[in-house]
Amino acid sequence: MKKNTILFFASSLFSLCLLISVTALAQTDPLIEKVAQKLALVNDYVAEGTMKTDVSFIKASLGKVKVYFKKPNLLKVKKEGGISLLPRGGVSLTINSLLNTKQYTTIPVGTQLLNGKNVSVIKLIPTDDNLDWVISTLWIDPLEALVYKTATTTKENGSYEINMQYGEYAKQGLASKIIFSFNTKDYKLPNGITLEFGDEDPTAKQKALKNKKGTIEITYSKYTINKGIPNNIF
Amino acid sequence: MWSIINVELYKIFRRPRTYIAFGAIAALIIVIQLGLKIDGNTYAAFLMKDINDTLTVDGKVLNGYLICYILLQLLLVHVPLLVALIAADMISGEANLGTLRLLFTTPFSRTHWVLAKFIAASVYTILLLIWLAFLALFVSMWVFGTDDLFLMKSNYVVLIQQNDVLWRYVGAFVFASFSLLTVTSLGFLMSSLSNNSIGPIVGTMSAIVFFTILSTLNIPLFNLVKPYLFTTHMNNWKEFFDIQVNANNEAIHGSILNIPKIKNSLWVLTFHIILFVSASIIIIKKKDILS
Repeated sequence: MKKNTILFFASSLFSLCLLISVTALAQTDPLIEKVAQKLALVNDYVAEGTMKTDVSFIKASLGKVKVYFKKPNLLKVKKEGGISLLPRGGVSLTINSLLNTKQYTTIPVGTQLLNGKNVSVIKLIPTDDNLDWVISTLWIDPLEALVYKTATTTKENGSYEINMQYGEYAKQGLASKIIFSFNTKDYKLPNGITLEFGDEDPTAKQKALKNKKGTIEITYSKYTINKGIPNNIF
Repeated sequence: MWSIINVELYKIFRRPRTYIAFGAIAALIIVIQLGLKIDGNTYAAFLMKDINDTLTVDGKVLNGYLICYILLQLLLVHVPLLVALIAADMISGEANLGTLRLLFTTPFSRTHWVLAKFIAASVYTILLLIWLAFLALFVSMWVFGTDDLFLMKSNYVVLIQQNDVLWRYVGAFVFASFSLLTVTSLGFLMSSLSNNSIGPIVGTMSAIVFFTILSTLNIPLFNLVKPYLFTTHMNNWKEFFDIQVNANNEAIHGSILNIPKIKNSLWVLTFHIILFVSASIIIIKKKDILS
């Protein structure tokens, strides 16, 4: 009996030590810290750019947009004078909003070659159950401390992939081009509602069924950084 | 010729029946606009159910342009019936009253009278369409405001920028005028065949309903005759609201997806107008006026 109790306490102590050491190791990933420090330079920004919506069942033209961001995770995409289409819940999951919460654990999973760059792959797991996302994988260039790709799985809005390209605002960790990729569901309205009797377009239907991946592409032309943004924008 | 057109216009606009169509269109449009103003967001949410599963739509979807499109979809099917009320009475009404014989004793030929009556009926039709355009488009723009046109079709969605919409409505209304003039000419033909008003009016309405049903059914046998039916082409005003996309799936500003389809429909409708009016002239010229 006594032997069993000692064994139980010893194993519990070992598990606790292991957990503490793994957590400590994970939370202090230096590359993530480096990225977070770079992003910390930006308290808020207003970015101007053009947005392209590429969803198989949507015909939309390029539109001018303004993207507003404010720490820790306020983000709003506004199309200038028009209707904008954005992935449900996904657009707010930018790298800033992921890292600025500080409520995550990091797990380094190695290195990969991404578009000719040797990048480190790090997984983020939220420590707060109330956050929308479940897991996120980051592809980071260790030399520039820039995130080139993220893949995030959310609780309610599916999975998103964000690819980033950098230009003159790379020093602040701000992308010059962002491509959101997301899965789309079927779109079909009954002819009785649209009153399109007898003019079915089979090619459009086939096209809609073939491509189930949608992308929203924002190309930024100008950033206005740390000039202050009122909260009512969001 | 101008004088007898004026006489015919005077006759049309003196009859209380003429204003039934204007009243009916106004009542229908106002009721629909009121309904959409009060509970339009529920209607829009229902339409966008599938899209909202994937995307967040930000902006004024239920704006004047979309309301006008919804109204035209509903009304351009029924307005032909209102046009028939007047057009199908143009000759038969006079035959019934016994004044047709009197008209044909004037120095103007029968062809002149038939053409004058057709032009007068066409003016009525165009005015009805202008009234429809005013209420459906301009009043909707005033009540609901304007934004991009977010058009939900059966299999896909078209998002047209607001500065690219108005000319499409102009095109759609011009196209609709051809559709309604085809109905006017059909009513006119029916009218030349009868000596009372009821028969041609009911006959025209029945023909429109019959051919519309044939045009809307996707049965292979009917598909053979569909291209030749004027009712198949009457609804092609909607083609003005479909847009081309480039290789990158970007909508091309100011483009129309299927211009040949619009041109073909306009030719078919014009052919029907010429055919029906010519047939009316031949029938009236050979007609023995006994009433």
